Amino acid sequence: MSSENALVRFVDIQKSYDGEALVVKNLNLDVAKGEFLTMLGPSGSGKTTCLMMLAGFEPATHGEIFLNEHPINRVPPHKRGIGMVFQNYALFPHMTVAENLAFPLEVRHMDKSEREQRVKRALDMVQLGKFGDPRPAQLSGGQAQRVAVARSLVFDPDLVLMDEPLGALDKNLREQMQYEIKHIHENLGLTVVYVTHDQSEALTMSNRIAVFDDGIIQQCDPPPVLYEEPNNAFVAGFIGENNRFVGKVTEDSGDTVKVEIEAGAVVVAKKVNVEGVGSRSTLSLRPERVTVDPEAGSLPNIFSGKAEELIYLGDHIRTRFTVLGHDDFIVKIPNSAAHARLKEGDTVNIGWNAEDCRALDPSD
Amino acid sequence: MSTAPATVDGPLLTADGVPLKESLQISLRRSKMRALLLVLPPLLFLIFLFVIPIGNMLTRSVDDNLINDVLPNTFAAFETWDKKSEPTEAMFEAFYKDLRDADRTDIGKASVRMNYANPGWRSLIKRTARKIDKMEPPYKEAFLKADDRWLDQDFWRSLGIMKDRVTFGYYLNAVDLDYDYDKNIIQQDEERKVYNLLWWRTIKVSIIVTIACLLLAYPVSYLLATLPMRIANLLMICVLMPFWTSLLVRIVAWMIMLQQNGVVNDTLVAAGVLSDENRLSMMYNFNGTIIVMTQILLPFMILPIYSVMKTIPPSYMKAAQNLGATPTLAFIRVYMPQTIPGIGAGCILVFIVAIGYYITPELVGGKDGRLIGNMVAYHMQRSLNWGLAAAMGTILLCVILVFYWVYDKIIGIDNMKMG
Ligand SMILES: Nc1ncnc2c1ncn2[C@@H]1O[C@H](COP(=O)(O)OP(=O)(O)OP(=O)(O)O)[C@@H](O)[C@H]1O
Ligand SMILES: [Mg+2]
Repeated sequence: MSSENALVRFVDIQKSYDGEALVVKNLNLDVAKGEFLTMLGPSGSGKTTCLMMLAGFEPATHGEIFLNEHPINRVPPHKRGIGMVFQNYALFPHMTVAENLAFPLEVRHMDKSEREQRVKRALDMVQLGKFGDPRPAQLSGGQAQRVAVARSLVFDPDLVLMDEPLGALDKNLREQMQYEIKHIHENLGLTVVYVTHDQSEALTMSNRIAVFDDGIIQQCDPPPVLYEEPNNAFVAGFIGENNRFVGKVTEDSGDTVKVEIEAGAVVVAKKVNVEGVGSRSTLSLRPERVTVDPEAGSLPNIFSGKAEELIYLGDHIRTRFTVLGHDDFIVKIPNSAAHARLKEGDTVNIGWNAEDCRALDPSD
Repeated sequence: MSTAPATVDGPLLTADGVPLKESLQISLRRSKMRALLLVLPPLLFLIFLFVIPIGNMLTRSVDDNLINDVLPNTFAAFETWDKKSEPTEAMFEAFYKDLRDADRTDIGKASVRMNYANPGWRSLIKRTARKIDKMEPPYKEAFLKADDRWLDQDFWRSLGIMKDRVTFGYYLNAVDLDYDYDKNIIQQDEERKVYNLLWWRTIKVSIIVTIACLLLAYPVSYLLATLPMRIANLLMICVLMPFWTSLLVRIVAWMIMLQQNGVVNDTLVAAGVLSDENRLSMMYNFNGTIIVMTQILLPFMILPIYSVMKTIPPSYMKAAQNLGATPTLAFIRVYMPQTIPGIGAGCILVFIVAIGYYITPELVGGKDGRLIGNMVAYHMQRSLNWGLAAAMGTILLCVILVFYWVYDKIIGIDNMKMG
């Protein structure tokens, strides 16, 4: 991402509320025009704080935020022109839906006919054309959510921030709304900074995901990259399912490393984020990248495993093995004609490629 | 929703043969009894502490039974009189019979009542009653011998005001009106007109105090609701402090502060802001009543506003600013409308308490800071004119109800418009 077409730039941002602990530690992040960027991370990792700094409700303790190349640290929230959807929607309870939507236009001194036209357009956009009259309290969760989205867009901001906007909705509605928000994003060419701690939501909606932990962006990449090429043990563990081994690096051959898990058991893995011979490393391996009963010699890593538990899930069979002393090794066996038939208690060989097994930092 | 039962011939029976309706009734009766038992204590509470006393007050304010019970013959004879010629022997005889038969204390009470209709009745009856045992017919002469005022027709004609068992005289008196002897409503004598002035002053003081409380309480409540917990708690203690201090202690403190040679004046003079002759008079007058009542009633305004503000999430203000409103505009358009229920509750509370206040005005009000409450207390405790006190109390109650109704109207309209 070149910084020329960046709409938002966080430069060396640090934030502390109490002067003792840093909630955000040295954040550098560019958000391109038209991008859908998601901040994903566990609770308390500083996502909302970043959003609040961008919206202008929290001052950055250090560093500068640029919007359209202009530093905005000293610009008050009402002059930033950034749309925002709050987690609890923050629809004004004493105004009707239409009045809520008209509010940002009114404070911009837009004349009445134009106001009405825009409110109507915004309501139509979220398929609530006939819902101008009720008050927010009379709306269902999904409807309130749509109104909140419409209100954040009605004054045509370039940038919209959303802080866990779907957190309060049930699963079905959430999926439907993800789809709708995504469409609005594409149709209007908006730039969206989205906060969630639901990884599947992040994966489906985003152009890029910034994974937060402990006030630091652990990795910021498009969803496929994030899933397939995690840079560190936290990201690998946070996004999707993965099998882990911890061991010591015994040999470093540039692209790959050999890691000794237990006496005599050495795994060949792709070198991603390890120090070198003698250091400890976490190996991460996706369950769908494991082959059951491979031909001998076809894979660099072949070990014998005992099937402990099989769960039939239709398209695949989720199988738990004991391998190399770990009894929580998960393999997704595709339900294809060729797949191995297993019973609980069977002992078979399982193997995987060095490419698919990433040697990462020793984290926990 | 229950579905309609299929039509069946004969009554439905339960398993043990009792008609269904009957057993339903029995089970319902039990739960009804239990419900009744539960509401009984609050119901009794309400009856004894509210319905009975207020009913009593309402009755007293119009009650003229006593006099009619004590002087039945007199009123009967009065009806036959043409109200122009001299009082007749029959009237005196009737009066004699009533005085002779009635209980002493009843006569005392009746004469007090009669005194309100025409000052002088009490001493007249007292003198006459003393000689009643020795009186012989003709009674007219005997009465005149006891006191020659008996010839004065005003006394006799004033009976006309009292001859009905229900009177609105107390209400008229409470608003500076009166009955003439023929029960026409007339203005009270100029020098006896005091109440209308007091009514207006009371309402004026209540409104000023309510507004002053609102102006002071709103920012404090806002601070209470938005400051960090630790500081807010400290502030809350300061707000509640008055509740924990005796009313008299607080009033005395204000006296020390505000009087002519008090702390405030001394400081201002010492600072050269005021010259010694121009000391502010802030105590024992209208100003004193306003200042001290405002301080005393402030918590009644702060608490409801605070409790409403506490429920308004800060995200509304943020959302409003995010949508382009300046902080001031966001406050006016988004925050304030949501505090209206608290403002309404606080205002009505302060107003109701203020309108019936009397201790503070009594102590710091001086002559022009007295309120109607002081008059009620005076008639309850000094003049013992309970009928008038009750009438004033009832009017106070009505004023409060009217203001409550107005409040309900306004807040109701607001609710329709703003949530
Ligand atoms: N106003 C505040 N004052 C003091 N500390 C705060 C404040 N807001 C957040 N924090 C602290 O900053 C840290 C990060 O909070 P933040 O709200 O940014 O987390 P988050 O990633 O949004 O979490 P969640 O997913 O639970 O919303 C937390 O430890 C929190 O306690
Ligand atoms: Mg958050």
